[in-house]
Amino acid sequence: MLTIDQATYDGIVAHAKRDHPDEACGIVAGPEGSDRAERLVEMVNAAGSPTFYEFDSTELLELYKEMWDRDEEPVVIYHSHTATGAYPSRTDIGLASEPGAHYVLVSTREHGNNAGPVEFRSYRIVDGEVTEEPVTVVDELTASN
Amino acid sequence: MAIEVRIPTILRNYTGGEKAVSAQGASLSALIDDLEVNHPGIKDRLIDNGDLRRFVNVYVNDEDVRFIGGLEAVLSDGDQVVVLPAVAGG
Repeated sequence: MLTIDQATYDGIVAHAKRDHPDEACGIVAGPEGSDRAERLVEMVNAAGSPTFYEFDSTELLELYKEMWDRDEEPVVIYHSHTATGAYPSRTDIGLASEPGAHYVLVSTREHGNNAGPVEFRSYRIVDGEVTEEPVTVVDELTASN
Repeated sequence: MAIEVRIPTILRNYTGGEKAVSAQGASLSALIDDLEVNHPGIKDRLIDNGDLRRFVNVYVNDEDVRFIGGLEAVLSDGDQVVVLPAVAGG
């Protein structure tokens, strides 16, 4: 299960709507081994594409070095689909390389840049196998969640 | 000559769980061959058809090797090599 606080959830959705019709992408970092999605980091989609996303390689290294310095890991890796549903594509599955992360997919196909609900779903992707998991949105992460 | 190589989570099954290993080589290509000796199978995850895999990033002292010669990038004692899979999808 993914537990995420409202502000982080809203931040991801806002990013996806802002970048529509291109795919938006980013991570939520948290302390290593904690499974706590604490620190939202919006990334630039270097592909600048409605059908593909990729973190810029230099920014990717900076991001990981920052996480290593802070003893963090990517707890959530998110990106948007702008014309299809919030389900991992074959490419997403083939390139998924963080078996410990929650892969969040947001679909903006219904309302695009405008207000309105989005599909927000979370998956584990391990060795090419996709498992959907429930998403619980809480007001704030507490010590126990 | 010792070069520290930072191994991403997804490849740590080749390094017995180690986050960083030591290897040697005067070029990235030689370094990867040396890694393969001690961590069999890892080379295939980095190289495809004689070139670095499209969705694997390798950095030498914070420089993406694609800008400094790719597999021919020159290495020296004390260099820091980081391997990071691309975060990408469709």
